[in-house]
Amino acid sequence: MEHVLFFVLSATCVASVLGMILSRDQTRGALFLVLAFAALGGIFGLLDAPFVAAVQVLIYAGAIMVLFLFVLMTTDPAEGREQEKGRWLGIPAVLLSLVLLAELLLALRSVAGGASGLAAGSTDRLGGLLLGKYLYAFEIASILIVAALTGAMALAGRKGGR
Amino acid sequence: MIPASWFLILAAVLFALGLAAFFLKQDLISMVLSVEIMLNAANLAFLAFARSARTLDGQVVVLFIVTVAAAEAAAGAAIVILFFRTKKSVRRDAANIMKG
Repeated sequence: MEHVLFFVLSATCVASVLGMILSRDQTRGALFLVLAFAALGGIFGLLDAPFVAAVQVLIYAGAIMVLFLFVLMTTDPAEGREQEKGRWLGIPAVLLSLVLLAELLLALRSVAGGASGLAAGSTDRLGGLLLGKYLYAFEIASILIVAALTGAMALAGRKGGR
Repeated sequence: MIPASWFLILAAVLFALGLAAFFLKQDLISMVLSVEIMLNAANLAFLAFARSARTLDGQVVVLFIVTVAAAEAAAGAAIVILFFRTKKSVRRDAANIMKG
């Protein structure tokens, strides 16, 4: 079961990164990467890292890729765009749904087995490490985020280009 | 139990693909996205090693990498928007101000 999931998820991941490299359309490339990062989240789940898997799906496949899609929408969409084909887009859509199903089943397996103690315990200890041993790094990371967001607003929010 | 080497092979493949994408893609946004692929490959390697070392420290490092990646994405997106405003293009050929 685990091996099958690993092969399905890693094949999905590598194939969608290849799709991103081969597709001419930037938006489609970004959507391929959403699929790749979601599959990678499933692989993280296989590595006994449920919290990191959730973070991967929420922040990478969710927030960061949506940010890039917004950038793609604000920059010129006509540039480098090829003719709309749209027919084979069904395959990535089905794959994404299957990956999501696999992740949900993985999550369910730990709950249904009644052995959710390991997963919950590891997240528990992760939080302890994050706010204990790595407290300074945690605080520095939050300062970094504030600095990066302020810088991004200062750069992109400038009126009149130049 | 899947051996850690499989995950490491996958991480290496993903990193190589990200590097290839960085050099093959012609627009700035895809180049920034390729960097994200490489960061994710590194995350996968960290998690594989964390599991084989039976510690959680690797997972903490991955959380920090995700934080840095988010900061990088925000700054990168702002730079791409600024670049588009000045050059009216996001192709990397347009970035030739510093060219000798």
